[in-house]
Formats: sequence, C-alpha cells, structure tokens
Amino acid sequence: MIIYGVALLALCTLLGLFLGDLFGVLIGIPANVGGVGIAMLFLIFGGSYLAKKRPLHPKTEQGIEFWSAVYIPIVVAMAAQQNVYGALSGGPAAILAGVLAVFLSFLMVPVLTKLGQKPDTSSEINENQ
Amino acid sequence: MITQSLTKVLNSYGLISGFALIGVTMWISYWISNNFTKGRLHGSAIAIFLGLVLSYFGGLFTGGEKGLVDVPLLSGIGILGGAMLRDFAIIATAFGVHTDELKKAGMSGVIALIFGIFVSFIAGAGVALAFGYTDAVSVTTIGTGAVTYIVGPVTGAAIGASSEVMALSIAAGLVKAILVMIATPFVAPYIGLNNPRSAVIFGGLMGTTSGVAGGLAATDPKLVPYGCLTAAFYTALGCLLGPSLLYFATSAILG
Repeated sequence: MIIYGVALLALCTLLGLFLGDLFGVLIGIPANVGGVGIAMLFLIFGGSYLAKKRPLHPKTEQGIEFWSAVYIPIVVAMAAQQNVYGALSGGPAAILAGVLAVFLSFLMVPVLTKLGQKPDTSSEINENQ
Repeated sequence: MITQSLTKVLNSYGLISGFALIGVTMWISYWISNNFTKGRLHGSAIAIFLGLVLSYFGGLFTGGEKGLVDVPLLSGIGILGGAMLRDFAIIATAFGVHTDELKKAGMSGVIALIFGIFVSFIAGAGVALAFGYTDAVSVTTIGTGAVTYIVGPVTGAAIGASSEVMALSIAAGLVKAILVMIATPFVAPYIGLNNPRSAVIFGGLMGTTSGVAGGLAATDPKLVPYGCLTAAFYTALGCLLGPSLLYFATSAILG
C-alpha cells in the first residue's frame, strides 16, 4: 500500500529531526543539527537494508517516489516565498557580502573536488616538497 | 458575490490553491524553456526564477517578509513551500541514492562543510571591514550572515549585535540563498557540478538549504539528495562556530 511508503518516509523524517534537535540541545545551539541529513541517511541505509531482506513492494515505493517527484514544484513554491525584496533592499554591503560569499564558494567546488580525487598525486607533491 | 466566494474557497483550501498555482507556473516555465531556449535552460530553473521575481513584487507591494505568501489569496503557497513539506520532499529524494557514492564522498563532504563556513565568513567579514565596521561584534555578525541567514542572527543575538547589523547580516544571507538558486545552473558546467561527488562538495560549500535545494533542482534533480545531505549540517555547524571560534578569532585579529 502506498501509505506504507509515505509512513516510512514520515518516520525517517520525524526520527531524523528529533535526533537533530536533541543534538542541538546537547551541544547548546539553537538549531537542528543535521536533522534532515540524518533522516536522509535513515532512508538511504534503512531502505537498502529493507530491500535486501525483502524488496519493497512497488506500491510502497510509489509512496516515497511521489514526494520525491513533487520536490521541484515544492522548491518553486519555496522560491516564491523568499524575502527577495528584503535581500535587495539590504543595501550594497549586504548584496556584496552575499555575492562574494557565493563567488568564492563556487570557486572552491573544483578545488575540493580535485583535492580528494587524486590522493596519489597529491601525496607525491607533498613528498617532493 | 463572485469574488467573495472565490476568496473564501482559495483561502480555506490554501494548499490546494498552491498546487494549482505552482502547477500552472511549472507549465508556463517548461513552455518557455522548450520554445525560447530549446530546453537548454531547464524549466525548473525558469520556474524558480519566476517564483523569486514574483516574490520580489509580493514584498514590494505588501511590505511583508514572505514574498508572494503575504498576498492574501496566495497564502497556500506558504504551506506548499514551507519548511515542513520542503524537508519532507528533500528527504524523499534520498530514496534510491547509491550508498557507495555516498561513502566515497563522505570525507570530502565534511571538509567542504568546514571550508564552506570559513570561506563565506571571510567574504562577509571582509566586506564588513571594507564598509567601515571595525568592532568584532559587527564584523562577526555580518560575516556569519554571509554563512546563512540563520547563522547570522543566531550569532548576532549571542554576542549582542545591534539590530541594524542583524538586519544587514540577514540580508547578506538572503542574497546568498537567492543567488545560489539562480546562478547554480549557469555555473555548474564550469565547476564540474555534474556528479554525486561534486554535488556533496557543492552542498557543503554553499550550505544554504534553500539555495542548494533550488540550485540543484534547476541544474540536475539527480544531484539534489547528495547536495542537500551535506547542506543539512551546514547551518548547525555555523551556529556552533559563529559565536565561539569565529567570534574569538575575529576579536583576536581586530584587537
């Protein structure tokens, strides 16, 4: 039944967010510590564990896939409620700070991607130095 | 009479109105994508951009902080695009993720998270200094605003920043989130953002949940779970480092 998939997704979500909140309280910060990420890990590893024991029924999978498929429309709805006006009326300092942060972070993507990919060459360079 | 009935239905069935409105927006966006860009620019990228533009006008005319959602008839979008369904859908995208890909990229993701917070903080703090802020509290608050618009005010509140600096800090974070949404599909080919590994790193470096969620959706939906997984830890790490390490380091440097 489709509801099994939706319920599995809901349980992973709630458990992840609960643990994330708990971590936040434990280390004393007012934020959910990776709740969404923990929930994703539950779904990834829990899902593959269940699939190994007995493949999920296609209907059950549909309950999860539906929400995965409406992800983009949901993100569009999310975009429509960003405080764009507030961002642009923050003045040049705010705009420049945001733009510079994004620009530098974009630059770092290929740097870090290369860094880990060829561990042999990088250790060679270190040895040469 | 007609307007009254229409208003009543649209308002009391807000989420349903949201589905209808966003559905139409998606249809228009894909139509534009196919007819004017020959599909080169994803329909989702156009839809996200349309959403942001509409949100600007929503803010301009209502003076609210939630873009289009502050327009009375359109409040249903707030439920559809709110944190609850957004997180639910993000988590759902993780279904079918390859565990091997994730294990391979795990360490890079952690490194990207740490780098990401420092890079954005330095950018924000540098701009704060350039604009004449010299006290450690203001510089740290604006710097952490460039991390995300949540880390900024959390840090600012913890170290006692003025409300003017807090507003600036939030605005910097908003600019970042919005820019990541818009720019990612254009920048992706140049930074090699086309595989799970670089998506994990991208999520860790950018960190802004909404930015990463929107930017990857507009680039390649298959990459969404990888990026969002690391990004999920970014704000919390920022909230942890902001009022502590980053503030102490800034105070030490600025004297």
